[in-house]
Amino acid sequence: MSSNQSFISLQGVSKNFGEVVAVDDISIDIAAGEFFSLLGPSGCGKTTLLRLLAGFESPTSGEIYIDGNAMSEIPPHHRPTNMVFQNYAIFPHIDVNANIAYGLRRDKLGKVEQQRRVDEALEMVKLSGYGKRRANEISGGQRQRVALARALIKRPKVLLLDEPLGALDKKLREEMQLELRALQETVGITFIFVTHDQEEALTLSDRVAVMARGDVLQMASPQVLYNNPVSVEVADFIGQINFFDALVVDIQGDKAVLDTDGLGQVNIPASKDFVQKNARIVVALRPEKLKLLQQPDSNTPYNIKGELRTSAYLGNRSHFYVSVEGHDEQIAVAGQDSGISGQSMQRGSEVWLSWNEESIVVLPAP
Amino acid sequence: MKKIARNIAYIDRPNRALSIYAVLFLAFLYIPVLFLPLFSFNDAIYIAFPIKSWTLHWYRDMWNNEPLFAALMNSVRVGIFVSLVATFLGIFGAKAVTRYKMPGKGPVIGLIMAPLVIPGIILGVALLILVNRVGITLSLYTIALGHVLVCVPFSMATLMSRFEGFDKSMEEASADLGENAWWTFWRVTLPMVFPGVMASLLLCFTISFDEFILAFFLGGTDPTLPLYMWGQLRFPQRLPNVLALGACILVISFVVVFFSQWLVRQDRD
Repeated sequence: MSSNQSFISLQGVSKNFGEVVAVDDISIDIAAGEFFSLLGPSGCGKTTLLRLLAGFESPTSGEIYIDGNAMSEIPPHHRPTNMVFQNYAIFPHIDVNANIAYGLRRDKLGKVEQQRRVDEALEMVKLSGYGKRRANEISGGQRQRVALARALIKRPKVLLLDEPLGALDKKLREEMQLELRALQETVGITFIFVTHDQEEALTLSDRVAVMARGDVLQMASPQVLYNNPVSVEVADFIGQINFFDALVVDIQGDKAVLDTDGLGQVNIPASKDFVQKNARIVVALRPEKLKLLQQPDSNTPYNIKGELRTSAYLGNRSHFYVSVEGHDEQIAVAGQDSGISGQSMQRGSEVWLSWNEESIVVLPAP
Repeated sequence: MKKIARNIAYIDRPNRALSIYAVLFLAFLYIPVLFLPLFSFNDAIYIAFPIKSWTLHWYRDMWNNEPLFAALMNSVRVGIFVSLVATFLGIFGAKAVTRYKMPGKGPVIGLIMAPLVIPGIILGVALLILVNRVGITLSLYTIALGHVLVCVPFSMATLMSRFEGFDKSMEEASADLGENAWWTFWRVTLPMVFPGVMASLLLCFTISFDEFILAFFLGGTDPTLPLYMWGQLRFPQRLPNVLALGACILVISFVVVFFSQWLVRQDRD
């Protein structure tokens, strides 16, 4: 047994490809039945990490434990993991039935029992009746389901998914997200999901590890990642956000007073340890935490005047871009029904932005 | 005014100059070869126009020619042996150079492919010296040895394009689903490159079947078909028989090579 009781445990795992450090001393613990996502831009090491779990690569140093067993000496075909490949890797020379039954050879089931399990798996992924088709006779979404069924029929302890929804169009992708989540709850298997799509990671996961340059920047629930990112980099990667440089001018008990570039003077809780007098820090505001008004809001002390520059119509909402004095970048504001609509405002007109103290995200300077 | 077919895509519009060029090119390639079957139906010993009268006489003659059949069987035996051995080596060679990272891969591929560019006569002389030095008697086996050497590059080239055409995540998926390397090879790799294997077998057979120079140097007392034909050319009256035989070989070679190329293209993806 490993020293702790977590189901999957990566302990100081590194992977170098020659000079390139793909995964840099990563330690992660994942609970049984968790839907865990590895999120990051391409080249951040997330796929390498998944391939280390599957056994297609061996770590340069560190150890991976699954259900208490060290994995480094165990080849892929003996690991309790199964994988859904990015391109699905459906065998083209055999039909869907044979693809799904591929992993059952060693179980030496009878023909009838094997077909029963295959039919069960097909039903689970809603592909009943497609068993006799070949890979080139089904759509991308269906291939993805075959790949899922083929992996799940092995009843793995861990299912590894390498950007399985990346090749699907937006509508199908959203449908599959819901199905995938429902499926995971039904089968109760631990899912480790690799994606570069932050929205997908937030929608699906119990927990997300945000990765960059082979490192984990933050590992937390989607809510925590969105509302309390630990760094400018994480905040920037998860959703849209406005950053403002700030100087801590005074600490008064549990409050800190900031002088910001663009937002004026702002009070924040002094709870974070990098909030020291005279320290340079960064504060951030999500577009939906800002209100766009024609007059200052009397309910909050935080109002600044700006000039409307452009707007972007996004269908269900609009984003407005406002420039304020003392801040180089335009500030993104989500237009809400209660606020003012785009038509009533001319480009260049004077507007007010207002926000609440608790909406401010406090970050260390990068 | 010239009418331009507007409903034909730009890239598909006919070009008369190119069409003429294509016809001339094909004529240049094949007319000399076509003289062979043409004169094999000529009822005269000498190759000259005009053709006196048509006959199947030379084909009937061939049918009753015992030494010819012995030579044919020698060639078939050598061809089958060579195609099996060269393809067997080609499969593993192609898998190795397309699947694994190894030091000096470029030079290794270059060395394997070298027999393609080494003149046959040089290869023949070199092998003859080697075989004599080692003290092996010249026979159909020594011919087969030489043929394997020239066939492996063709087999490799055919199979490498097949291996490169399929995603290595297929093999990873098999491993992931619980199969070791051996079973993965049998259940995934080999079935997926199978059209390439067939193509390689056919191609190697044809090359061995038609090959003359190495067979000439490395042959013992049993002749292969090309050696037999060469021998017959000494007797002018036998020339029409050789033409008939040549015509048969031509047709069979064409069919086999076309079939193997067709196989290579089958379900690439």
